Amino acid sequence: MSNPHRTITLPDPLPLDSGQVLAGVEIAYETYGTLNADKSNAILVCHALTGDQYLASTHPITGKPGWWERMVGPGLPIDTDRYHVICANVIGSCMGSTGPASLAPDGAPYGMRFPVITIRDMVRGLVGLLDGLGIGTLHAVVGGSMGGMQALSLAANFPDRAARVLAIATTARHSAQNIAFHEVGRQAIMADPDWREGDYYADGKAPDAGLAVARMAAHITYLSEEGLTEKFGRRLQDRSEKTFGFDADFQVESYLRYQGSGFTRRFDANSYLYITRAMDYFDIAEEHAKDANEGKLADAFAGSRARFCLVSFDSDWLYPTAESRHVVHALNAAGAPVSFVELSAPFGHDSFLLDVPALDRVVKGFLDG
Amino acid sequence: MAELRPDLRTILARIEPGSRALDVGCGDGVLMAALRDRSQVDARGIEIDGACVERCVAQGLSVVQGDADRDLAFYPDGAFDYAILSQTLQTAARPDHMLAELLRVGRRAFVSFPNFAYWRMRWALVSRGRMPVTRHLPVSWYETANIHHVTVKDFEELAASLGIAIENRWFFTREREISGSGANWRAEYALFEVSRAG
Repeated sequence: MSNPHRTITLPDPLPLDSGQVLAGVEIAYETYGTLNADKSNAILVCHALTGDQYLASTHPITGKPGWWERMVGPGLPIDTDRYHVICANVIGSCMGSTGPASLAPDGAPYGMRFPVITIRDMVRGLVGLLDGLGIGTLHAVVGGSMGGMQALSLAANFPDRAARVLAIATTARHSAQNIAFHEVGRQAIMADPDWREGDYYADGKAPDAGLAVARMAAHITYLSEEGLTEKFGRRLQDRSEKTFGFDADFQVESYLRYQGSGFTRRFDANSYLYITRAMDYFDIAEEHAKDANEGKLADAFAGSRARFCLVSFDSDWLYPTAESRHVVHALNAAGAPVSFVELSAPFGHDSFLLDVPALDRVVKGFLDG
Repeated sequence: MAELRPDLRTILARIEPGSRALDVGCGDGVLMAALRDRSQVDARGIEIDGACVERCVAQGLSVVQGDADRDLAFYPDGAFDYAILSQTLQTAARPDHMLAELLRVGRRAFVSFPNFAYWRMRWALVSRGRMPVTRHLPVSWYETANIHHVTVKDFEELAASLGIAIENRWFFTREREISGSGANWRAEYALFEVSRAG
């Protein structure tokens, strides 16, 4: 099967946290801006759970603009006139990088035979890409949400690979509430009769209903209550009265259904299982625990020489400010140069993707400084 | 480069190039930027006001939004050569704890504060019988962040009782440095360089 995305095949098998090894790993990526002669102007942008490498270019499936076009481009805060910006699809995903929908060595899709991966495994894949591109130390690694987890993980595990680490609306560990919401999504997928233990690729009948429910539940966590109330309130959808039935009477129901069904056209249900699992397993302090002791997050960053910047949003209840502060305190304890600001924005967790001019100023100032 | 306030100019001149400094309550980062640009100091800041932090980060400064009363605790002992607390001591929940913390994370500290025993203050209190509102303390008593008014003498006594050594002292009135004689009357604000005694 030919891959329609731009990819690199890693020359070496990728060792995984599970103890398994993934061979023949493909990493799909896009780049923007020109790499300078000494390869010192590269910025790696890491995408979130359902994101992909189409950072600042049209998405080939949806035809929509890149997911961070407001941030990345000529003259924008991540300025492609200055920087060579790289964005890669994480392993486990479904936009060209090796994931559960990819073919295993036996020629059939992996499905649930794909090994369970972690955020650190995703980062190993990204570092493999950087090696392949001949890039030693990044000018910066940048990410929001799960992308921020990758940025922090790269800083902790590959401390010499990035001079600056910008982690937005993220956390160093998944909380019980984070895990709980993901479990709802996974159970929705696995309860769909079309899921068939993940072996659904042959006949094109995928567990879309389950995946849509998973997306709907998750989407609520990306928005603030204030934002939902302002956008939808209790307004009805294209009708003047309640129907006393179970159609999407309310605008908010219609919106969520639209989000759910749109998502199934571009995302693989098994990828959703694997990536949410990776996020749930994420706990940088635990990764760096010595002996049987509970890990200290500061120890994870002890070897880092990078400058850090963390940004949270006051309306984000998925990865609230306290989680960023937790990381900041650990970085203070490790003696790392760190900036942190909680920005005010009404959009909840999704604020990092939306129009927040203060974020633009912080991103530009940190990257150019 | 914008003109620095005289106390900040003094601090800038006293801090050794290439050293590490923590500016507690760094505001817009004007001192941090000067330390970085003129003295290659590894300067870090704490500032409670988000808009100020944003302006600092936009200048490439390493500033953490936080509350010094709470967040200094997360810095390890001796992490800095200098801790700086300019015009902020009087806003601390416990200035005595704050001083101790400054000299835990820093080898030395610079502390400046408005002198409540400045003669204009005394005169305003005596003549009008009201809490003074002056150029240097411009906010009414009920909305001021300055919850612990302090005088030069008070500070010197506190330092002695905490076993803190006063290395240097400077006094300022109307943005000019003045001599130390009668400072508790004459100084609008004071700057002390302190260290752990012993």
